[in-house]
Amino acid sequence: MGMRVLVIEDDRVTLDFIVQGLTESGHVADGADNGKDGLFRALEELYDVIIVDRMLPGLDGLALIQTLRAEGKTIPILILSALGEVDHRVEGLRKGGDDYLVKPFAFSELLARVEVLARRRESESPQSTLSVGDLKLDLLARVVTRAGRPITLQPREFRLLEHLMRHPGQVVTRTMLLEKVWDYHFDPQTNVIDVHVSRLRSKIDKSFDYPLIHTVRGVGYVLRVPEEASA
Amino acid sequence: MYPKKLLRSTALRLAFGYVALFGISALVLLAFIYWSTASYMEQQSDETIEAEIVGLDESYRLTGLNGLRTTILQRLGRRPAGSSIYLLTDGRYAKIAGNLDRWPAVEPDEDGWLNLELNVGSPGPEASTHPARAKPFLLPGDFHLLVGRDLYELRVFRTRLVRTLGWGLALTVALALAGAFVVSRSRLRRIGAINDVMGEVMAGDLSRRVPAGSTSDDIGELSTKLNGMLSELEKLVEGVRRVSDNIAHDLKTPLARLKTRLERLRQTSPDAEVDKAIEEADRLLATFGALLRIARIESGERRAAFQNVDLTAVIDDVAELYAPLIEEWGKKLVLHNAPGIAVPGDRDMLFQAVANLLDNALKHTPPEGRIELSLGRANAHVEIAVADDGPGVPAAERENVLARFYRLDQSRTTPGSGLGLSLVAAVLGLHHGEVVLTDNAPGLRVVLTLGYSAAAS
Repeated sequence: MGMRVLVIEDDRVTLDFIVQGLTESGHVADGADNGKDGLFRALEELYDVIIVDRMLPGLDGLALIQTLRAEGKTIPILILSALGEVDHRVEGLRKGGDDYLVKPFAFSELLARVEVLARRRESESPQSTLSVGDLKLDLLARVVTRAGRPITLQPREFRLLEHLMRHPGQVVTRTMLLEKVWDYHFDPQTNVIDVHVSRLRSKIDKSFDYPLIHTVRGVGYVLRVPEEASA
Repeated sequence: MYPKKLLRSTALRLAFGYVALFGISALVLLAFIYWSTASYMEQQSDETIEAEIVGLDESYRLTGLNGLRTTILQRLGRRPAGSSIYLLTDGRYAKIAGNLDRWPAVEPDEDGWLNLELNVGSPGPEASTHPARAKPFLLPGDFHLLVGRDLYELRVFRTRLVRTLGWGLALTVALALAGAFVVSRSRLRRIGAINDVMGEVMAGDLSRRVPAGSTSDDIGELSTKLNGMLSELEKLVEGVRRVSDNIAHDLKTPLARLKTRLERLRQTSPDAEVDKAIEEADRLLATFGALLRIARIESGERRAAFQNVDLTAVIDDVAELYAPLIEEWGKKLVLHNAPGIAVPGDRDMLFQAVANLLDNALKHTPPEGRIELSLGRANAHVEIAVADDGPGVPAAERENVLARFYRLDQSRTTPGSGLGLSLVAAVLGLHHGEVVLTDNAPGLRVVLTLGYSAAAS
């Protein structure tokens, strides 16, 4: 299902690149190359996600976000920031941004984050149980079962599975997992996340009818029920 | 100040040399003064005696024996306690006049002089002798005349002269020494300041400058030149850094687009070659990313956002994140954590630094290798250490491996960008900390030293 995305970015090349990428991925993307136009469109039209550059001529990205929030708009916002600038991740998030990505980035990373943001609202309602297919995760009792059989998980594995289950069918990148599950913003030089995922996978997928955790090459992971299994 | 350092200083050694030279010169000069003064006075004394003999001889010729006797008595009366010695005897050495009781039983020396010992003072235990010098003279008519002089006063003066000159020498040397200390201390302080700054520059802080001071002497000139050299060096290093950072920045955007296009290509036409191309693009992106990250860290901007970081928790988290991977590779991670350690810093960056060290250790340890991660306090610092039992790094290479893109020959084949340790060094620089590589015998031990703040609450 496609989503409507507004991209506010003053660099034409980057703007076209993002809009084209989103369009090719089956989404509807509008572009604005300055803060004023961007704010106008964000207020006038309905979007699922807004991507906004931190540094914009006319109206600064952070000021734009603050204005939107002051207008009561709860739309998810992804902030883009150029490398070399002071890292204002915390400030950006405090001012109302929902996620933060440093330029230049791999498009797959941007796409994964935008898709997670767009569907965040669906999964925002407080839940005590998450379930995907025959996999169930009880957040209160901290118990995981698949096809009725209990599965013992380490605390970190539990959090990893919880994160994947909160975004079923959505690609989650390794960087996103590090940020959300480990709460560190850093660049591993090795496939350190993969081992954790494969351990989790061996616990919840092995000796069951169908796999739930799938690797998306070069991007990350997705938790979903395979089409042949759900059919 | 620092006595050992003071003794080693060139300035002091030079000063000591001057003191020695000065002392010897003064000694020679004073010895010459002594010698010429003393011999002049003795010569004076001898000449006086000889003149007196001539005078007395004349008196005898003109006035006869009685006249001579009167003259001698007159002279003795004129100087009752004087130092002159007269003795007039007949042919058998019987005393006619004079202040000596009898003719001294001393053999004359080569020049005909008698060197006597005079008994002075009242006879008894307190009696002492004075040196004296006299010359005998035979008067016509077989009369013997002895004219001499008590040398006691002269000797006393000579002793006093030696003492005075000795004190003069001692004072000269003492003053020279004091001067040497003062001069070398001030020089040492200035050279010490230069040394300290050079040490910090060598440790990587190219922004340090030698205190210039106001003096325009050789040290002042040296300081100015050193500062000029440092500025030039800093500019060059900065230039090289900026070039590589700019290249990274300019190339990263097109590279990211290239990767995206490759990914799209893979979706439409899956191919092993495309996969390899994507891998290459990823590697390049990672390298440029690391370069840019180092540049950003080195700019020091992140220091403004420093918070109290619970290092104990960070170490636990790194270990927890890496343990499965290390196990997967057939190696072992041993953790020695310490509770309640916190430092002011950037949590993500510190995590990154330790993670890089573990990455490195993982790549360079042999199969079934052992990696140790430890946190502890040492004096007023906090130490994080990562030790492995791999091939280690030769002592000569330990400084180099912290530089960008530097790789040991033996590790050319292992994956990695050659930036991992540079990033660690940059992070520690950001925290005003230190990276020290030591021998783990066998293997490498990397110690990160950080300033220590309050315990984690």
